[in-house]
Amino acid sequence: MQHSVSIRDLSLNFGNVKVLETLNLDIEQGEFIVLLGPSGCGKSTLLNCIAGLLDVSAGQIFINGKNVTWEEPKDRGIGMVFQSYALYPQMTVERNLSFGLRVAGMKKEEIERRVARAAEILQIQPLLGRKPANLSGGQRQRVAIGRALVRDVDVFLFDEPLSNLDAKLRSDLRVEIKRLHARLKNTMIYVTHDQIEALTLADRIAIMKNGVIQQLADPHTIYNKPVNLYVAGFIGSPSMNFIEGTLDGSSFTAEDGTVVPVATYDFADKSKASGKAVLGVRPEHILIGEEASRMPYNAEVEIEIVEPMGSDTLAWTKIAGRPVTFRAASDVHLEPGQKLVVGFDPARGSFFSSETTERL
Amino acid sequence: MSQTATMAGSAPDTAVGVEPRGPRPKPFFTPTKIIIYSVLVFFTLYFLFPLYVMVVTSFKTMPEIRFGNIFALPNQINFDAWIKAWTSACTGLTCEGLAPGFWNSVKITIPSTIVSIFIAAVNGYALINWRFKGSELFFAILIFGSFIPYQVFLYPLVMITREMGIFGTLQAVIIVHTIFGMPILTLLFRNYFGSLPQELFKAARVDGAGFWRIFFEIMLPMSLPIFVVALILQVTGIWNDFLFGVVFAGTKNLPMTVQLNNIVNSAQGTPEYNVNMAATVLTGLVPLIIYFVSGKLFVRGVAAGAVKG
Repeated sequence: MQHSVSIRDLSLNFGNVKVLETLNLDIEQGEFIVLLGPSGCGKSTLLNCIAGLLDVSAGQIFINGKNVTWEEPKDRGIGMVFQSYALYPQMTVERNLSFGLRVAGMKKEEIERRVARAAEILQIQPLLGRKPANLSGGQRQRVAIGRALVRDVDVFLFDEPLSNLDAKLRSDLRVEIKRLHARLKNTMIYVTHDQIEALTLADRIAIMKNGVIQQLADPHTIYNKPVNLYVAGFIGSPSMNFIEGTLDGSSFTAEDGTVVPVATYDFADKSKASGKAVLGVRPEHILIGEEASRMPYNAEVEIEIVEPMGSDTLAWTKIAGRPVTFRAASDVHLEPGQKLVVGFDPARGSFFSSETTERL
Repeated sequence: MSQTATMAGSAPDTAVGVEPRGPRPKPFFTPTKIIIYSVLVFFTLYFLFPLYVMVVTSFKTMPEIRFGNIFALPNQINFDAWIKAWTSACTGLTCEGLAPGFWNSVKITIPSTIVSIFIAAVNGYALINWRFKGSELFFAILIFGSFIPYQVFLYPLVMITREMGIFGTLQAVIIVHTIFGMPILTLLFRNYFGSLPQELFKAARVDGAGFWRIFFEIMLPMSLPIFVVALILQVTGIWNDFLFGVVFAGTKNLPMTVQLNNIVNSAQGTPEYNVNMAATVLTGLVPLIIYFVSGKLFVRGVAAGAVKG
């Protein structure tokens, strides 16, 4: 099947600064891809390259099999939604929606039909006569999405569309974008630094760092089988616990001498499972009480700090001499100084080579 | 906000021992305010005084002026000097007053202002949104131009306009004004357009709009404040110009400033101070009116250009 968007050996330099380096990415028809990374990792730059707003230094971009590397943004079959909404302030919502169509010289009836359809989909019919200044943040972003919608494009590009909204609106609009994708089935490329948005929206997430895609996989894989230390530390909040030590085939010995049996762990390549390594365990994979004692590794620890989060409780303690957080149900009573048994199964954790930081 | 805006008059008494509650009282006569206002008032009077003398003198008759009380109010408001300045004062060889000069200045100022602002706006827009190779260098050179004194260019420009066959015409002086307005106006527009969100420009490009379409439909409607700033700068600058007018305009098109000079500096007869004063006020009236009408927009525009859009 033809890829919706294909990026081949894409590089972009600003002077001597390499922002993107020989990047390859294939996006399927109708897929929701999230580009996730910290600021400055090149994710927005990549999106701008796909949109045609930045000229690439090397490589090619294909959209629906057509080489668009040298095409103008309007000829690429894309619609884009920006973080700051970028609505034309002097035009009404309706004029904002129809601007691109008017530029293209479309017939009046067709413009009206499309604007009406977009307004219906996004529930913004009552706002059509207003100016952007008289809209709330959520409404503005809806209009911005509508502006991409009316152009009947194949690929939607979102550049941190929810970052300017408050937490409540953000989660509301997040669901709406997901609903929109389910309804339209367009390819969507979505840039964000918010991992919750990435995990909830994406079919596949591309985690970027320094202009290189670290891992491209579905959210479940990204979360549970991070490909390297960077991805493991970036995804998850609170973040993964790391314990440094040495692997010798059947067990992992932490720096303070604590031994963790690793028989259950599924190594990618058993022969390489030795030498200095880092064990990563997510806070929710550390269990307490009855369950803990059945785990391959368990120990009695003392709780240092308790952070009630409402839905659950986060507790800080030390395992193998390292500060570690674990999650407990909110109805479990925990308090600082309390001693209890915690345990985990290394199979649910991750081992990384200390040398290469790659997953073992 | 409404609370902090409460004026001193409505603030509660602040007798010692009163428990603080509600809006903090804002007494008007604090040492800081007294100092600020006295300094402001002093300098206002200081700068207004010459204007006062001018206006007062222009309404006096010559015998009254010779009396010597230049600060005194006129015995009788007398418009003769104003009428003479406008219609019959001698500017060099002709004695038609300032009226022809006024219309010459209008003919110079309006096209120069429009042309220079339009070109500078396009320049600024292109320099910030359509960067090309060397656009930064181009801009640096343009700005460098504003640091070179006008007089340096005078002779070359005379030669150029002579070669073009327009020396001593309205076109010549209009072109010269447009050229010299370019650095500062381009800087102004470039910075203003730079302060508008870049994403707006990107959105318009994704929507398929081209260079002129984005300029006219997206950028211009958002640029009223900076246009007012440019308008004021250009109208006052060109209206008050003496040098380019006297050099390039030709004797038939001499602007008001040059004719004013001819009136005031005429060597023959006794100097008619009342006519001179009236002529000077008349000449300065256009920039003054522009300031009064659009001063608020001017301040807003300058602030917008400096800080954000």
